[in-house]
Amino acid sequence: MSTEGQSAESPNPSPLEDPAAPAVVQQGSEPLLAVSGLHVEFRTQEGVARVLNGVRYHVDAGETLAVLGESGSGKSVTANTVMGILEMPPAAITAGEIRFRGEDLLTASASRRREVRGEGIAMIFQDALSALNPVFTVGFQIEEQLRKRRGMSRKDARKRAIELLDLVRIPNAKGRVRQFPHEFSGGMRQRAMIAMSLALDPEVLIADEPTTALDVTVQAQIMDLLAEIQRERNMGMILITHDLGVVAEVADRIAVMYAGRIVEEADVHSIYRKPGHPYTRALMDSMPRLDQRGQELNTIKGLPPSLTAIPEGCPFHPRCPLAIDLCREKDPELLTIAEGRVSACHRSDELMRDE
Amino acid sequence: MTDPTAAASAGKMETRAQEEITAEGHGARPGGGADDGKQRSLWGDAWVSLRRRPIFIISAVIILFLTVMALFPGLFTSVDPTKADLSLARQTPSADAWFGYDQQGRDIYARVIHGVRASLVVGVLATLGTVLLGSLVGLFAGFYGGWLDAILSRFADVFFGLPFVLGAIVILSTFNPPGTSYGPVRIIFQVIFSIVVLSWPVTMRIMRSAALTAKQQDYVKAARALGASPTRIIFRHLLPNTLAPVLVYGSIALGTYIALEATLSFLGVGLRTPVVSWGVMISDAKELIRIAPHMLLFPAGALAVTVLAFVMLGDAVRDALDPKMR
Repeated sequence: MSTEGQSAESPNPSPLEDPAAPAVVQQGSEPLLAVSGLHVEFRTQEGVARVLNGVRYHVDAGETLAVLGESGSGKSVTANTVMGILEMPPAAITAGEIRFRGEDLLTASASRRREVRGEGIAMIFQDALSALNPVFTVGFQIEEQLRKRRGMSRKDARKRAIELLDLVRIPNAKGRVRQFPHEFSGGMRQRAMIAMSLALDPEVLIADEPTTALDVTVQAQIMDLLAEIQRERNMGMILITHDLGVVAEVADRIAVMYAGRIVEEADVHSIYRKPGHPYTRALMDSMPRLDQRGQELNTIKGLPPSLTAIPEGCPFHPRCPLAIDLCREKDPELLTIAEGRVSACHRSDELMRDE
Repeated sequence: MTDPTAAASAGKMETRAQEEITAEGHGARPGGGADDGKQRSLWGDAWVSLRRRPIFIISAVIILFLTVMALFPGLFTSVDPTKADLSLARQTPSADAWFGYDQQGRDIYARVIHGVRASLVVGVLATLGTVLLGSLVGLFAGFYGGWLDAILSRFADVFFGLPFVLGAIVILSTFNPPGTSYGPVRIIFQVIFSIVVLSWPVTMRIMRSAALTAKQQDYVKAARALGASPTRIIFRHLLPNTLAPVLVYGSIALGTYIALEATLSFLGVGLRTPVVSWGVMISDAKELIRIAPHMLLFPAGALAVTVLAFVMLGDAVRDALDPKMR
């Protein structure tokens, strides 16, 4: 697995041979889902936007990887690329690979990719109302996959759909199964969406900001539900979010994205204790804290770079409080900074040492 | 139907946590005791609101009546519409012949009754044809986009650019030159064919734009993410969401197509004498308007009522399917 953020080098079959590979990869076994060196461009009339510039991450069974980052950092695009539901054109995958159980999905046939969707990797969308088809009952939408992909009869599929709705704790699942999405409340829709994506027992679940459209109390319930289901089924989960509070509770590892690349990846405890990248640190500092009541909230000044004109050197340098001349010239590589941690910063050593 | 649900949800509320209360509160229909069942989709909603519309009821009754007339003309008249008795030519309405007789001495009432069939067949089949052809092309163009869309859209533009009457005259006078006489079925199908060929771009455009909007929706993305094939997405997920505007157009167009059939018959290129149709009757009457106005008034009146009924139906369906219009 390649860890060089900027290069789309040839695939390296064994992660162990790569000195920069994070140690969290289990010895001798290939991760369940591994993305490496992924480059995606959007070719628009205003020019080419380089949306992903060498994204790499991996997730194992029973593990939750949180992908953090600002809007436009490429979190969702990565997820859509993994699912193979990117609109192409305007998007184009220029390099990289996505390995699911060792099989490269980008070179797989269209029908093989369809097989993997739903059964191998499933996805939950942010806005469940628009992700459920308004003209069909919730039950039908769950049953459809079971009937077509599992060859279940109408009756069995209905039974299973009720079980699934029960599993995601929709009250009165028997009656609810016959209702339409608009008859569900926001939280219930998201539950139905989760039930839908679990129907084929996926091994990896990608949750793209599953709680952003919900109010705070429901957010916590949905997150608990997801964490519980993930534990019970020993699924790999990729949780895309910008809610740092959610991340701390459910994630095992965190990958921080900025301008279409991973700038830091580490397990959740060490990253909260000591961020290894100035951007991660700034994100953590920008969380409202009770002991800073009345003070101005620490924010990251400036805006993320335009993806049509990513600055030379480290893409974060214009906003970075620690930027030095080197940062303006050379894009830092993603390097191991500690056991199981990688960071793309010229000054990560200093960050790790002080404080 | 609603009571058990309400009871069940009330029971649930006591036992479940707070979230369910919120959820159930949202889920319960405002004014849940209403007559509508629990399965209210777009179509269910539309049906509920349609049933309450006088315009819909009036037009539906007229259309039902016309359909019965087309299927069983014998129920309304026992007179042979082709039987001509020149001694009765141009007689005005009387107790024997309620609508009078035409130039050839044929009973106009019988001819109006028997003319429904041709008009309805042309209207219904032409609508079916345009809706099917236009939707299919529009759906594929909208879903796949790119070069396929470009080709299909330009192709549609070519047909759209032809003025209808001119195009129909060209088609019909080629396949059906004046002086020849084919069977009624063949003539009717030629007329239907020319209407479909010249009108499908309209439905194609409606469908294409509906498909363009619908395919951006997350549910299409979600279906793809769950491994649905493109054909499944198009027919199972896109089509039901894009059908409403096309159906509305179709129900309005049906009336227009009946009028178009009459236009073509009037011009002498559409249906012709072995076929009994209102357009043919109007055409026959055109030179005798001042001598025998009843020859024109009755078929024209029947035509106007029929077209009106279908346009009214289309209007009612459009209002019912568009929640914003309520």
